[in-house]
Amino acid sequence: MADDIFAPAMGSTDALEELVEQILLRQAAAIVDHRIGRGELTLRVDPTALRGLVRYLKEDPACNFTTLVDITAVDHPDRPKRFDVVYHFLSMWQNHRIRLKAAVREDEMVPSIVELHPCAGWFEREVFDMFGILFSGHPDLRRILTDYGFRGHPLRKDFPTTGYTEVRYDEGLKRVVYEPVQLTQEYRQFDFMSPWEGADYILPGDEKKGAQ
Amino acid sequence: MDGDVLRDARGDVITKEQKIRNFNLNFGPQHPAAHGVLRLVLELDGEIVERCDPHIGLLHRGTEKLMESRTYLQNLPYFDRLDYVAPMNQEHAWCLAIEKLTGVEVPRRASLLRVLFCEIGRILNHLLNVTTQAMDVGALTPPLWGFEEREKLMVFCERACGARLHAAYFRPGGVHQDLPDGLLDDIEAWMDSFPKVLEDIASLLNENRIFKQRNCDIGVVSEQEILDWGFSGVMARGSGLAWDLRRAQPYECYDEFDFQIPVGKNGDCYDRYLCRMAEMYESLKIMRQCIAKLRATPGDVLARGKITPPRRSEMKTSMEALIHHFKLYTEGFHVPEGEVYAAVEAPKGEFGVYLVGDGTNKPYRAKIRAPGYLHLQAMDHVCKGHQLADVAAIIGTMDVVFGEIDR
Repeated sequence: MADDIFAPAMGSTDALEELVEQILLRQAAAIVDHRIGRGELTLRVDPTALRGLVRYLKEDPACNFTTLVDITAVDHPDRPKRFDVVYHFLSMWQNHRIRLKAAVREDEMVPSIVELHPCAGWFEREVFDMFGILFSGHPDLRRILTDYGFRGHPLRKDFPTTGYTEVRYDEGLKRVVYEPVQLTQEYRQFDFMSPWEGADYILPGDEKKGAQ
Repeated sequence: MDGDVLRDARGDVITKEQKIRNFNLNFGPQHPAAHGVLRLVLELDGEIVERCDPHIGLLHRGTEKLMESRTYLQNLPYFDRLDYVAPMNQEHAWCLAIEKLTGVEVPRRASLLRVLFCEIGRILNHLLNVTTQAMDVGALTPPLWGFEEREKLMVFCERACGARLHAAYFRPGGVHQDLPDGLLDDIEAWMDSFPKVLEDIASLLNENRIFKQRNCDIGVVSEQEILDWGFSGVMARGSGLAWDLRRAQPYECYDEFDFQIPVGKNGDCYDRYLCRMAEMYESLKIMRQCIAKLRATPGDVLARGKITPPRRSEMKTSMEALIHHFKLYTEGFHVPEGEVYAAVEAPKGEFGVYLVGDGTNKPYRAKIRAPGYLHLQAMDHVCKGHQLADVAAIIGTMDVVFGEIDR
């Protein structure tokens, strides 16, 4: 892939490579893999060693990643380690950004980094809410964005976009009632892919072809 | 019995007053000072806030989930609906993310147009925030004056793209269309009259006794708190941290503009108000340079290629162009596999998009990083020890809009 065509907005690729070398020197055990692409540095890390690495990144004067920008997750249902928990950090002093990715199984806990970065609190709550990933050591792991009493984890790939329940105001009961979703029309997932390019279904008229 | 003397664990006499429990107050979800649908569960000791638990998500629309089943271009209008106060700044982050992944170079005129409308967005946002903050602490005139100017700016947006608010003007590869004749002249004429309005608003508020009493030394944030709680934008600059992505990590063509970054000193609500006022003057400065450059830079506003539609005139004669147009607006364009984080300095702070592409026409995952989310998270920390009435001032100064927080 043409990765380095795009000039990085901040620190050059050289500076990032230098940074990786330094981190690898000190924290080699925590890091599974690293990648520099499109001017961005990504470290694949071991979730159990995450807290130590984040502490190192925050406190080491050469890194100084003191600002937590974002925590999120990506769902890959076909992998044994289903989720990637993704952290973004920013160093205002060195003007660097870094991304950490930790692959976790569905039943695995991720260490919380609230003690190091207080603002991780809501991010971890959101990841828990949306993906069902548990964070060990989080002081208040409640749902955050979904409705009170909501069930399921919406951003998992196996959760339907329409959800399972819908609400309406009931004039008789004088309150909002929850009901199973009833669609008057099937939720429309258009297939715009050209049949020449990668349709994984049997094209109409081609039914006999497979039998031969 | 009446004559009994109650004693606590240490043996002190308990009087009736000491048995008063903390008072729990439900602030919102429909409260005029909550700037949207925010529910705060406040624990009060008298009038002092002891704990503040924000309940968000009342405006949650599942944007990120919806985006996974739509094409890249169909997802663009969702960004207008995040921070609906300054819609185009959000679109900008989305376009930058796509351009970074596909490696598309934006034509210079489009780049300048983006800067121009981003700065209009910044003024739109700051006008709303500054004036409604004044309203939260009791002044009614500033919003009336500020909204009049906002209306004029929205008319400029309408003339450029047809919509006052939900613009969908920035497109991957440039902007949707070039400006109509005379719009630059009209923006310039407005820019001559606007400083007078700002002065008027400032004359109402800057030395206003009530406004200062309600804002000075309220919601003070230190440098350490900014780092701990991930503040960005004016919330960081108000405390003297000159951090602005337009300067620190320039995107688009911000590196060629001459502007200052106003910073505060005390990190309180009043300093942040002054910062926002000063930033509007800086935005005017950028817009002025931008218009001069735009006049000197004719040309195309879209990088013609796979991710942008062909010219209308081409479609009349070329079959390929017609096919391309049809495929672009049905199938959409394909974005290579990879992940990217693109951030812009939105008026409220760092607005970022983390985009994971899997090589198809739809994003595999898109995460929207809204600045207001982090600011509101610190409510408990900042509000603690303030009076109940200050909560409204602190919500105002944090510049929260629930479109982007709840997503």
